[in-house]
Amino acid sequence: MNTYARHEHHDFLNAAQQALADPPLQEALVRLTSTLMAGNRRGYAALADSDALRSHAKRIKEHTLAHLDRYLEQLEAAVQKNGGHVHWASNAEEARQIVLDIARKTNTRRIVKSKSMTSEEIHLNPALEAAGIEVTETDFGEFIIQLAGERPSHLVAPAVHHTRESIARILSKYSGETLPDEAPALAKAGRRLLREKFRQADMGISGVNFAVAETGTIVLISNEGNIRMTTTCPRIHVALMGIEKVLPRWIDLPVFLKLLARAATGQALSVYTTLLTGPRRPGETDGPEEFHLVLLDNGRSRVLATPFRESLQCIRCGACLNACPVYRRIGGHAYGGVYSGPIGSILTPLYDSVADHPHLPHASSLCGACQAACPVKINIPHMLIGLRELQTHEKSKGRWEKWAYHLSAAVLRRPWLYRLALRCARLVLRPLAHEGWLRRLPGPGAAWTTVRDFPAPASRAFREQWRQLR
Amino acid sequence: MKVSLLVTCLGDALFPDVGVATVRLLRRLGVAVDFPEAQTCCGQPHFNSGYHDDARELARHTLRTFDNGQTVVVPSGSCAAMIKLEYPHLFHDDPVWRLRAEDMARRTHELSDFLVNVLGVEDVGARYEGKVTYHMACHLRGLGLLTEPERLLTRVKGLEYIKLERADECCGFGGSFSVRYPNISGAMVQDKAALIEKAGVSAVVATDAGCLMNIAGCLRRRGSSVRTLHLAQVLEKT
Repeated sequence: MNTYARHEHHDFLNAAQQALADPPLQEALVRLTSTLMAGNRRGYAALADSDALRSHAKRIKEHTLAHLDRYLEQLEAAVQKNGGHVHWASNAEEARQIVLDIARKTNTRRIVKSKSMTSEEIHLNPALEAAGIEVTETDFGEFIIQLAGERPSHLVAPAVHHTRESIARILSKYSGETLPDEAPALAKAGRRLLREKFRQADMGISGVNFAVAETGTIVLISNEGNIRMTTTCPRIHVALMGIEKVLPRWIDLPVFLKLLARAATGQALSVYTTLLTGPRRPGETDGPEEFHLVLLDNGRSRVLATPFRESLQCIRCGACLNACPVYRRIGGHAYGGVYSGPIGSILTPLYDSVADHPHLPHASSLCGACQAACPVKINIPHMLIGLRELQTHEKSKGRWEKWAYHLSAAVLRRPWLYRLALRCARLVLRPLAHEGWLRRLPGPGAAWTTVRDFPAPASRAFREQWRQLR
Repeated sequence: MKVSLLVTCLGDALFPDVGVATVRLLRRLGVAVDFPEAQTCCGQPHFNSGYHDDARELARHTLRTFDNGQTVVVPSGSCAAMIKLEYPHLFHDDPVWRLRAEDMARRTHELSDFLVNVLGVEDVGARYEGKVTYHMACHLRGLGLLTEPERLLTRVKGLEYIKLERADECCGFGGSFSVRYPNISGAMVQDKAALIEKAGVSAVVATDAGCLMNIAGCLRRRGSSVRTLHLAQVLEKT
């Protein structure tokens, strides 16, 4: 079974409706996405020529993906030269097994984790816990949702669906004390609770934002500093990366560092930028004794060979979520996948199955705000349309819909039939109209009129007025 | 100068006044207009829903209809984007039709693009009394027409221009999206309508029939008195 999606039978419509009817969630989503989007615009505007830089970043990604095999082998050799170990995982199960094996060999009982969407993608935590290992998420938002037994609802703000009040409740229950619903007190409590976990952990697991093939350096960015603790306090560090995260050269890195934080939050750089090149060396006073890099495929090389290759350029900044008017109203959980928002609507059907996620490619008005916000200008609307095209070849696609589109095309490419259809529509609809507007449309159009009126066809179409205009 | 008008299927059937206003405006600016009567729909609904064979059929029909080598003016960013950005893509592996698609893509202009960037006019000599705001259709973003309609509107005499909050946020139309997900689309258009009402204007202007029917339909349902107008309808008034 593919474990990419969260639920086998996710009810998108119901989940979206629940989110729309949840005022605190609506408020939280608007607050977060508006702040981050304002940051995104400000961040790009602060660059001398953000458009050129984003195009440059895109070209680096295009080039890297075209020579991915070469750069991954170069990365492997460089990491090994630095004293690290490299593991190749072709799917989620292999990746989980690799981490479990490292844990067993190193006698690991406690693990601290920094935020990693890739670890969510392979459902790592349940596997570790099943093996009797204690796992603690150390990103504050991730820590909260781990305690609540939930999943991230945003790429960079995983607990956006929580309020100060609910966070106070969750942390109070865990710590056994009554914490006030004030941000500084909650942050302080989180820091105190997590500090102990860092001290006790045998292993730290992180994701990877970028890995430089030339030097074998992995790059991690964060705002809380927990990534530094995760990757330096425990004696073992395991970094988990999707194979698309590799960059060819050291000199390519600043291009992406300039863009990632700006795209995500508007910051010039995130508070911490961590560059790690191998484990602790003789004479060094900190850092892990062992460093393991797990390279995860999990469908990526399959996608590489399709027209959806561009999706592998994603650097997981979350800008498309913040920009998306649909995400902003239904939140991340409604998408039912590990990744949500516009990019999630592509990744989930692509990696899981198009047939199992009929709604996601359509859950977009194709407004293009995502592409405008994307640091590597991924043409998300085009890929959503591409997935819709794949769906039209599926048997499960409603037969009436196929017929409706084929029939309308047959009418529309014959001007005389088009004119006839126009007259019929007018004949049927105009008597139902009041002051030129319909309060209720018949048939599938009824969905439109649940929320708004529909304009009745004009008494004389433009083409019927043209003669006089001439 | 002579241009061909692509009035769009929504414009033809639902908002013929927009086409009439476009013709009058262009003539006033010394542009001769003809209307190839075989035109129907550009095929965008079929393309967006993934029915690409159907979309290609309609694209071929449109390419044949506008095969006269003339500049094509479209009072819709969405249909202009279909022709300029998607037609060449639809025929990318068809050497004959791709050339025709690329040719039409070059010749086609959304109305505000044509006025500002082809004719080089911002003051079209229009007069419109009242407070007006403007909603940016999403496809103008795709076409890179971020300021053209605003530049035209702010030069209209008598018009008091009020900037709309979140003007470039989608109104929730999105073609089939509005029918597939009426609740999500409805939440989006309700927000848009509320911001328009908050702006305290007598009319909201947009460049696309899709946005106009969505926003107008919602404003009507809310019992609002704010009018919806196509850009051409404001620019045509003297």
